[in-house]
Amino acid sequence: MEAYLDNSATTRALDCVADVVVKTMTEEFGNPSSRHQKGVEAEKYLRDARETVAKTLKVQERDIYFTSGGTEADNWALIGAALANRRAGNHLITTSVEHAAVLQTMQYLEEQGFRVTYLPVDGCGRVDPEDLKNALCPETILVSMMYVNNEVGTRQPVEEAARLAKAYDPRILFHTDAVQAYGKYRIFPKKEGIDLLSVSGHKIHGPKGIGFLYVGDQVKIRPLILGGGQQKGMRSGTDNVPGAAGLGAAAREAYTDFEEKTERMRSLKKRFLEGLAQMENVFVQGQAKYALTRPEECGAPHIVSASFPGVRSEVLLHALEERQIYVSSGSACSSNKKQPVSAVLKEMGLPKDLLESTVRFSFSAYTSQEEIDYCLRQLGELLPALRRYQRH
Amino acid sequence: MTFKTFLIKYGEIGIKGKNRYLFEEALVRQIRHALKAVEGEFDVRREQGRIYVDCLSEYDFDETAEALTRVFGIVGVCPVVVTEDTGFEDLARVVIDYVRQMYPDLNQTFKVDSRRARKNYPLASMELNAALGERILDAFPDMRVDVHTPQILLSVEIREKIYLYSRVIPGAGGMPVGTNGKAMLLLSGGIDSPVAGYMIAKRGVKIDAVYFHAPPYTSERAKQKVVDLARIVSRYSGPIMLHVVNFTDIQLYIYDQCPHEELTIIMRRYMMRIAEHFAKESGSLGLITGESIGQVASQTMQSLAATNEVCTMPVYRPLIGFDKQEIVDVSLKIGAYETSIQPFEDCCTIFVAKHPVTKPNVNVIRRSETKLAEKIDALVQTAVETAEKIWIE
Repeated sequence: MEAYLDNSATTRALDCVADVVVKTMTEEFGNPSSRHQKGVEAEKYLRDARETVAKTLKVQERDIYFTSGGTEADNWALIGAALANRRAGNHLITTSVEHAAVLQTMQYLEEQGFRVTYLPVDGCGRVDPEDLKNALCPETILVSMMYVNNEVGTRQPVEEAARLAKAYDPRILFHTDAVQAYGKYRIFPKKEGIDLLSVSGHKIHGPKGIGFLYVGDQVKIRPLILGGGQQKGMRSGTDNVPGAAGLGAAAREAYTDFEEKTERMRSLKKRFLEGLAQMENVFVQGQAKYALTRPEECGAPHIVSASFPGVRSEVLLHALEERQIYVSSGSACSSNKKQPVSAVLKEMGLPKDLLESTVRFSFSAYTSQEEIDYCLRQLGELLPALRRYQRH
Repeated sequence: MTFKTFLIKYGEIGIKGKNRYLFEEALVRQIRHALKAVEGEFDVRREQGRIYVDCLSEYDFDETAEALTRVFGIVGVCPVVVTEDTGFEDLARVVIDYVRQMYPDLNQTFKVDSRRARKNYPLASMELNAALGERILDAFPDMRVDVHTPQILLSVEIREKIYLYSRVIPGAGGMPVGTNGKAMLLLSGGIDSPVAGYMIAKRGVKIDAVYFHAPPYTSERAKQKVVDLARIVSRYSGPIMLHVVNFTDIQLYIYDQCPHEELTIIMRRYMMRIAEHFAKESGSLGLITGESIGQVASQTMQSLAATNEVCTMPVYRPLIGFDKQEIVDVSLKIGAYETSIQPFEDCCTIFVAKHPVTKPNVNVIRRSETKLAEKIDALVQTAVETAEKIWIE
């Protein structure tokens, strides 16, 4: 049996996605910039995809810009907005647990002369809105806060944070990296005060190499990719029609029977957490650790991060891999000398033995209960054996 | 300037007496092998104690020269102009044309060094030197002769045809692989072992390799890294048979039965035994390790003695007196460094004790090993039988 429990890394593309990708590559393969019939046909796919995506967010189609993925969307949102609004101030605020696409970009902006405040998080990886309140200053032009943390699944108080920022100064722009949240939550940027929102296609059963940035209609932002003037000159480069069409199909699927799907993920997560609770010496991280006692806020429906002290995460990952169970370890790789552990877990203040032994399991609406049970069974078998052999 | 031929200069093998032809044949074979990976059609020929590479089609000069300079046994690669002997006047024209194209900055010193291998050529070597030198001085008044340390040493060889060259691209040196038997390299994912393999291959030794992996403690990527390193070494050594041994059960058994501080030493003793098994099986005459005295706990004199005593074959340790930086320098030179420093866990470090023994007593180690008597033979047998063999070229 195989259990793919790494859906926060990437997902299998749906058949309907693959079909439309193939179709727009081999049959209706035109370039929307061409004036002839072929171009018009291709443009229709682009328009449909944009319309689909816009509907899921209840925003205007014209505010959706396709990008090469979540990373580009984050880069563009931050750099584009910071440069366009530089005259209003040079202070940016983000959290210390953002994805590298945001953190690295913030570092770059620091090199360009901006001042950046990184908000701390609590033991669950959540930002305290009070900290944001204290960080706001007259120079602040942008706040960037991820919707759901990719490593531990903790949901950030985005709506409240946006409200605080806008209350302080309505001109402050609010960006959210919604890569792990889109398709898992109903997100309405206008209602929540979000000006910029990044999404990636392949996390929602769409293709890799496509994503989008929502840019609110009053938002001043500079383009990052210059060239042939596609997408109103805001994001040049030949339109990725297969990618956009695939993303459109995936977004439509994600928000069809949405409640049923998220409920399904939540029940899988609950089942998995109950299984982990039966095991000795296992510690669930993030908001999910309260899931069984306080289910009202247990983090994203599809992510469980758990620590197995005594077993290095990489070893557990490979041991599970031998049984066709695929997960992620907090740390990409490690040797006994320098252990580049997860910055997120570190920010959450985890002690060393937990830092080194944390693994992420991530589900999708298509994960089966059998996969969950299989994984639990294998964990139950593996842990005692793995704990017996340790580095002293 | 485009060249159609390379003259291959080789050093040490010229002095190997009656075995010379064996060495030359091996060198030709290695050159052909190296050129297989280069786009273009090449002919490698041996002629009057010389090896020439003729380029029969379009080819990329840099790519070809780079491939040739990696072949052990080659001291220098000289791009040559080959011309028919149609009289001295024609030769002088070719020489002047060559100098003009190769050295646009004419304000240099030179020396003509001719060799009359075909004795019926009308001018003796000294006469030819003088005559060509005069023509060059006439054509390029800014040039000067310097017979002791010329900036340009222009070689003219009179054979069936006439060969003209001045540029010598330094080669890898050493001896052609295949002239000195075969050895089994204990290859890990680190910096040292690929360098050790390179250095022994440089002496003409064919290389096979053995890698110990320990899933799930070491990853598939760690194994891929070793395959990549073997491929880098094989660019110099020629094809390598890589034996990938699953070492996990042996390691865990030692962990269960023996004192933890001795784990690494005992583990390495079993690695040596298994490596020697494969060495014997494939006709290797020795083992190669990347050990260097005192570098880590398992490489002290005492530790080396303890791991050495389990094999009967000679163990070659070409890095034994090297400092780390010296090893790194070679690693960089052969293009292995970047791959070597990828951070994947190695099977030697996964259970390493905080304070491993640094001065193991062989008798104590032997006694500890008796605790393994019950199962170890079967485990080693299984490890040997299930080893994966990967042909790398």
